[in-house]
Amino acid sequence: MLNEIRVCDPSWLACEMDHLMNQPEPPLFGVVASLGRGGLVLGSLIPCALFYFLQLYIKRNRPPQSPPPPTRPGSPSSSAANATASPIHRSLSRGLLTPRAALPALSARGAVVRAGDEDSLYYAGLRRCADDLYHPVSNPDGFINLGIAENHLSLDLVGRWIEEHAGPALLEGMTEERDLTVRGLATYQPYDGILALKMALAGFMRQVMHESVSFDPSQMVITSGATPAMEILSFCLADPGNAFLVPSPYYPGWDRDIKWRTGVELIPVPCRSTDNFNISITALEIAYKQAKKRGIRVRGVLISNPSNPTGGIVPRETLHDLLEFVAEKNIHLISDEIFAGSTYGSDKFVSVADVANELEEYDKGRVHIIYGISKDLSLAGFRVGVIYSYNENIVAAAAKIARFSSVSTPTQRLLVSMLSDQKFISDYLRINRERLQKMYLLFVDALKQVGIECFKSSGGFYCWADMSKYIRSYSEKGERKLWDRLLEEAKVNVTPGSSCHCIEPGWFRCCFTTLSEQDITVLVERLRRVTDTHK
Amino acid sequence: MAAKTELLSRIAAGDGHGENSSYFDGWKAYDSDPFHLLHNPDGVIQMGLAENQLSLDLIEEWSINHPEASICTAQGASQFKRIANFQDYHGLPEFRQAMAKFMGQVRGGKVTFDPDRIVMSGGATGAQDTLAFCLADPGEAYLVPTPYYPAFDRDCCWRSGVKLLPIECHSSNDFRLTREALVAAYDGARSKGIRVKGILITNPSNPLGTTLDRGTLAMLATFATDHSVHLICDEIYAGSVFAKPEFVSVAEVIERDVPGCNRDLIHIAYSLSKDFGLPGFRVGIIYSYNDAVVSCARKMSSFGLVSSQTQYFLAKMLSDEEFMARFLAESARRLAARHESFTSGLREVGIGCLRGNAGLFSWMDLRGMLREKTPEAELELWRVIIHKVKLNVSPGTSFHCDEPGWFRVCHANMDDDTMEVALERIRHFVRQHQHQQQKAKAQRWAARAQLRVSMPRLGGAAASYFALSSPMALQSPQSPMVQAAS
Repeated sequence: MLNEIRVCDPSWLACEMDHLMNQPEPPLFGVVASLGRGGLVLGSLIPCALFYFLQLYIKRNRPPQSPPPPTRPGSPSSSAANATASPIHRSLSRGLLTPRAALPALSARGAVVRAGDEDSLYYAGLRRCADDLYHPVSNPDGFINLGIAENHLSLDLVGRWIEEHAGPALLEGMTEERDLTVRGLATYQPYDGILALKMALAGFMRQVMHESVSFDPSQMVITSGATPAMEILSFCLADPGNAFLVPSPYYPGWDRDIKWRTGVELIPVPCRSTDNFNISITALEIAYKQAKKRGIRVRGVLISNPSNPTGGIVPRETLHDLLEFVAEKNIHLISDEIFAGSTYGSDKFVSVADVANELEEYDKGRVHIIYGISKDLSLAGFRVGVIYSYNENIVAAAAKIARFSSVSTPTQRLLVSMLSDQKFISDYLRINRERLQKMYLLFVDALKQVGIECFKSSGGFYCWADMSKYIRSYSEKGERKLWDRLLEEAKVNVTPGSSCHCIEPGWFRCCFTTLSEQDITVLVERLRRVTDTHK
Repeated sequence: MAAKTELLSRIAAGDGHGENSSYFDGWKAYDSDPFHLLHNPDGVIQMGLAENQLSLDLIEEWSINHPEASICTAQGASQFKRIANFQDYHGLPEFRQAMAKFMGQVRGGKVTFDPDRIVMSGGATGAQDTLAFCLADPGEAYLVPTPYYPAFDRDCCWRSGVKLLPIECHSSNDFRLTREALVAAYDGARSKGIRVKGILITNPSNPLGTTLDRGTLAMLATFATDHSVHLICDEIYAGSVFAKPEFVSVAEVIERDVPGCNRDLIHIAYSLSKDFGLPGFRVGIIYSYNDAVVSCARKMSSFGLVSSQTQYFLAKMLSDEEFMARFLAESARRLAARHESFTSGLREVGIGCLRGNAGLFSWMDLRGMLREKTPEAELELWRVIIHKVKLNVSPGTSFHCDEPGWFRVCHANMDDDTMEVALERIRHFVRQHQHQQQKAKAQRWAARAQLRVSMPRLGGAAASYFALSSPMALQSPQSPMVQAAS
């Protein structure tokens, strides 16, 4: 019979196998059925045997596709080698397809998280610098890391306060105050922060925002840093598969902090240099409609103000328009105002809280602010972040989730003392702003010396520098090449605009608050290694 | 307001936080009327919070004698700049090293821990939440022996979407975890199409206050290896073992008893909240033998890093080995003394507890006081204890105990005077209850005695024989003949 002949032909089987790999039906059905009763046994056995032998042959000779062997965590040099050399590995679904013997894998989402940073230049740069950081005396040839926003300019002020005030309080506290003693610090406290700290932070935020708005401590949830604050707020506002619209360029960390575990998508809404990177409501409208067409439910708009990475301050009118936009769409507005106290330009910072307060009959239950002391107070290590929401249901929910990210009580008490010293705080804020402005101007000037122009920033720790004239091909690839040259030749780590989802190639984010004035000269020399050799 | 609820996510709008469970009701009663020896002697005594306040004075003394451990003092100020900005999710190296050393010390030096496997989290709560994200996907399950800590339902499940399925343990064998029960739970899950990703045990156990024996741990490690499921061991009370048998950690078992087990499956959650009485410091630790899990959990630790100030302090304290040894020994002694005085106080009125050797609580047996053997009766009794006796104890049903009548009572979070007050209230309540029982019994007997007026008084066996052979025994109690006789 025709089918019998075909069964014995290996090339036929090979074709069939390829075809059948993609089909769920048992392959031998038709073959066996056509053989008739007499040849049923043999007709079943022989094709089966051939089938399985062929599968074995194909399997053995398939090119290897397994992910690279896991590197030891915590070893920057090896992971850096992987980061710069290796292609993107999407190991997400592998965990589900690997045969039983390969279990236990990480969960599917665990695998995503683990692989997550490897293709991000933002993290690659940080890893590369980690072991060989510049120091003017001990390591003058090390990497100058302009990739992470730490404020070293005013740390001395805080340090001095702590030494002068917190020390004696700790020792004397035993008899009466008990505030900083172990017993007062050791026991269980409310997971969303002690009331005293909420009150102190409410007062601090008011001071930072120039007394323009007052904050209610009962609408606050304290978390171990702004990173969990953002994640927790996202868990409260959106379900997996929902999305936030995010004017870009935006802070690269959000891709991790928000997307990893909540399952919420971030949809970049590009802002243009011709527009001074201002947020465009028209662009938001278009993005909203496009998302809707794709069946994605948008739950909110996420902005940072002052902006990371551009350092621009969102104008009052734009905040007004944003509030109207989100009200019209019945979605949320999240404003990350973590740099509110670090403004230095001529533009005055306006909080979304201020604008919302002015609007009559506005449902503020859709307005939320993220804050923290990592930037304005230079205390990133202490891990104190704030979710401020006008929506009592959100506050209640976030307060419960905050148990996973709660702040150490000794740290809370220390902060209460510090923030209550209003004179210190107002002096600090003033001096810090002066130092920021000075360094910003020096930095911008220095970059100008090598032909790099910066966007006019008014707040934050970054210069948003236009290095497009130094990239060979005006594309993301060209930008990446320049980033690479800066890292490897000039040994300067900056954050490329593509990591921030900027659609115009050539923009780079450079933090200016970790340098001293002397370091600036070194920086210029280093940059010349690249700019002078550009053709 | 439809518009308002639309603004909330499912997590925000739902009650996966579990705070509507009875476990937390007692807390609300306490919060509204907290006991104070002087200011509010009739208030509710908090016996539902497992907190160790017995040995804080030792830590206080240490911190005063070591000002260099605090960055707030002149001695520690030089470290301030480094610490203030330190937010590397690897953690301060000295903190990890001190923690690894301490964890080994707690286990009697029988195992060593690798500092590079130490990952921080926001308390043990955060450790379980993070591990669930790393090890399982939504809809997958952990098996957990009952009774178990109620907040696991929140910590392991709420955000991660992981399920908890019980492995039933019974009082008939002192709630010991058997292989049969484990297999039954595992097969049960599989038959329902639920994928089991891990087994979660707490050792020493909360709420039982007992430690797992070596054999059971070995059985678990072997089972995990054979079925490729993770074994998550919450060893948060490892340093709170005050009597024999000695604590055996899963770390020791995989080293000595089951060296062939798949270590990629073994994970330990730890914290300083119990052993140290430092819950306010929010120090949670994930220790995993699986490189991928360490890497993943470490990234997620950005959401729950320990304050660098706290890391610095603890690094100094935990590496003071001599103090640590002294602290652990003294803390165990005080826990033992407290446990003994509490349980003996209960014995005086005939209340027994499961024989425990660890933890900050006792698993109290009030089955005899239940109106009937149902969860409803247990909750009824519990409400009486909260509102009339004014003690916040935790009902066994909130721990998913399948047998009603057990209560967890925490007794390490108070001073001796408060404990005396608590014991006195219990003794009073039990005596009252017994008195009422006797009264009711007497009334019932009185009612029956009138029925038996015509029956001769005989000894027990003869009486029952006689009762059986009597024509009256064949008739139901409602028989008109009986009624006529009374």
